[in-house]
Amino acid sequence: MTAFQELRLDGVGRRFGGRDALSGLSLTIRQGEFIALLGPSGCGKSTALNCLAGLLPLSEGSIWQDGARLDTLPPERRGFGMVFQNYALFPHLSVRKNISFGLQMQRVPRDEVKRRTDEAIRLVRLEDHAGKLPGQLSGGQQQRVAIARAVVLEPSLVLMDEPLSNLDAKLRLEMRTEIRRLHQTLGLTTVYVTHDQEEALSLADRLVVLRDGRVEQTGTPQELHERPANRHVADFMGYRNLLPMRVKAVHGSTVAVDGSGMTLEGTPVGKFAAGDEVVAGIRPEDLHIGVHGVPVTVEVVEYQGRELAVEARTADGVALHIMAGERPASGDSITVSADPARVLVFPGGVA
Amino acid sequence: MTRTALRHRLAERGVDRQLWLLVPGLACVLALFVYPFAYGIGLSFQPSEGGFLGAYRTFFADAYQRDTIATTLGLALPAAILNVAASVPIAYRMRGRFRGKRLLTTVLVVPITLGTVLTAEGLLNYLGPAGWFNRALMSIGLIDDPIRLTNNYWGVFFSLVITGFPFAFLLILSYLSGIDPTLERAAATLGAGWWQRFQRITLPLLAPGLATTFCLTFVLAFSVFPSAVLVGDPAGETRVISIAAYHAAYEVYDYPLGSAIAVVMGVVELAVVAIVLGLRSLLYTGSTGGKG
Repeated sequence: MTAFQELRLDGVGRRFGGRDALSGLSLTIRQGEFIALLGPSGCGKSTALNCLAGLLPLSEGSIWQDGARLDTLPPERRGFGMVFQNYALFPHLSVRKNISFGLQMQRVPRDEVKRRTDEAIRLVRLEDHAGKLPGQLSGGQQQRVAIARAVVLEPSLVLMDEPLSNLDAKLRLEMRTEIRRLHQTLGLTTVYVTHDQEEALSLADRLVVLRDGRVEQTGTPQELHERPANRHVADFMGYRNLLPMRVKAVHGSTVAVDGSGMTLEGTPVGKFAAGDEVVAGIRPEDLHIGVHGVPVTVEVVEYQGRELAVEARTADGVALHIMAGERPASGDSITVSADPARVLVFPGGVA
Repeated sequence: MTRTALRHRLAERGVDRQLWLLVPGLACVLALFVYPFAYGIGLSFQPSEGGFLGAYRTFFADAYQRDTIATTLGLALPAAILNVAASVPIAYRMRGRFRGKRLLTTVLVVPITLGTVLTAEGLLNYLGPAGWFNRALMSIGLIDDPIRLTNNYWGVFFSLVITGFPFAFLLILSYLSGIDPTLERAAATLGAGWWQRFQRITLPLLAPGLATTFCLTFVLAFSVFPSAVLVGDPAGETRVISIAAYHAAYEVYDYPLGSAIAVVMGVVELAVVAIVLGLRSLLYTGSTGGKG
């Protein structure tokens, strides 16, 4: 397959029966990048992937590979590899034949098919299972066959649709590393769909956060993690405490907000005036138990190994999620505070 | 050994009081199928003359009788193959959801409910020498004399297709919807065009279902009787084996010969089914990944 310099999605959209499943997705994917499409279920990320693969026709927009228009080509002529959520391995073909299927479709000479298939089987470490049918493999092994089948063609772009969601937690971590390793060693360009922010942050060079078919924010993992553009992205990036509040005063680079039974200093994301409805976002690990701050009552304590996840309530009955080092007991009264730089204040209201 | 332990050990082998539920069914099968079947087989070995195998010898010695096997196979095999072959592309196109699917399915399936006699009457009216089909062809000057399409091989063949097709179609549609549609999409992303996807992925996964469907429609067609009489040529071209059996038993009153012909009929059917199922066992018959 010929590599491209850049793949450009230009206002790509897809409607299902009058409803926008995806609209106005514009994105430029550069050669060698790992892009994650992140969002909750129904946000349009799988639709975007299927549009890119050619499995769904676009309702609007266009896709360009360097100078060539791509969205009018059928999937078999785009030269992209795809890893499906349920793997979609051909159940009647052995592991070897599953992997060599694409090469045979490209009419690659027989000895080259054999060489490249062997290489791909070795790459995903399935030498001992090459003759088995997919039904005889474990979930992780099936996953590796699906990846080998997609990358053996040396596709210009690999599309992955939640490839790890059917695996157990331990295997998921292993395969995550495996996918990143393959991406680097083979020099792939990858678009990866997931609803798991941790997966997206650890794998991707760039993230696209989608919600209701629209792009909420695009950026590097660090940008999104530290400076989410709005409260929806913040919600996805681990800001578990999203508290509806009101601006009390604006002082230079910080704002004072109150509501939900507490008063906080935070960093504004956007312009505010006193009295505005806002949402204050704080990560559980950025709330510290100390002597000063907001008094809360501990309700639930979950042991999580190195830390404790604490759910507490303010005097107004608003729940706060806190990460604690030592064990407060259920029913304890504690006070919590947060660094103003770590409290992000987003526009509130409906939206 | 205590009582409870015995009951426990029996339950482990699947023996418990629920087995009594099988009694009514078993009694019916014994009284209505196994006994008459065994009686018929026994009868076929007791002809009035010619000894133990006399009835079979009579059947195979007479070319007029013997040829009914070939006649019946000549009708049933092509009809079953056509029913299966015609159902595949239609069912393949009808897998997904689309407007009017229910209506189309109903139209395709209606002939099952009509019964052979009604179908035969329709065929006579439509394809007969004075039927619409011939009159239409003659009026546009395509033919001068009516084409004979009833009271011969073709009449019976059409009747078998009309009644057998819906059956084959319904079965194949359900086999097809049992195949995970993402498999074809995966094949497409690997560079396979529609024909390659069908031939390399869908067809191999569907083949065991096609074999089963073929067996069922073949058995249905092989026991053709009403249409062979009504729209066929029961004394000549479409003298099928069931007519021979009927003739022997109820017109000549030679029950042993009638039974012997029925047994031959069963053996031929079983042989065809055994060959097809034998070939089927060579195919992949495991999961097809779909909802079915």
